[in-house]
Amino acid sequence: MTIDKSFFADKKICVLGDRDGIPGPAIAECMKTIGGEIVFTSTECFV
Amino acid sequence: MDMANQARIKEIAEKYGRENVVVVLGGAEAESAGLTAETVIAGDPTYAGPLTNIALKLSVYHIFELKDIIDPEIYEDQISMMEMVLDVDAIIAEMRNIRDELMDD
Repeated sequence: MTIDKSFFADKKICVLGDRDGIPGPAIAECMKTIGGEIVFTSTECFV
Repeated sequence: MDMANQARIKEIAEKYGRENVVVVLGGAEAESAGLTAETVIAGDPTYAGPLTNIALKLSVYHIFELKDIIDPEIYEDQISMMEMVLDVDAIIAEMRNIRDELMDD
């Protein structure tokens, strides 16, 4: 399944990172290269 | 998914409209990513947070699923190290399962 980049163009992006996985700021950096507006970034801790 | 984040996601979906909001996850395990995806699609399965009984039906992806459309240099810098240690296939399979099961549009 390939997701079309244009899908994200006008979207509001919420980033829910994981301290033991991919942290929020790393996801946000990636999403900046796709498009859309990042409206929320967080890094959760699942313990 | 923690209570504060559930509250923020709910506010954002109400403010912008659910069809305009996309959630991107970075969960370390298929199970945790799946639970978070379930929460933003169908409501909090633990019946503890602000999304209890609220099916926002938001679009939700794990960052691993978006690799093909992310700038390769940035992906390499930010994600590739964790990609080597996490079970990418299991995470992607779980995300697809949850979407197939719970998203009806």
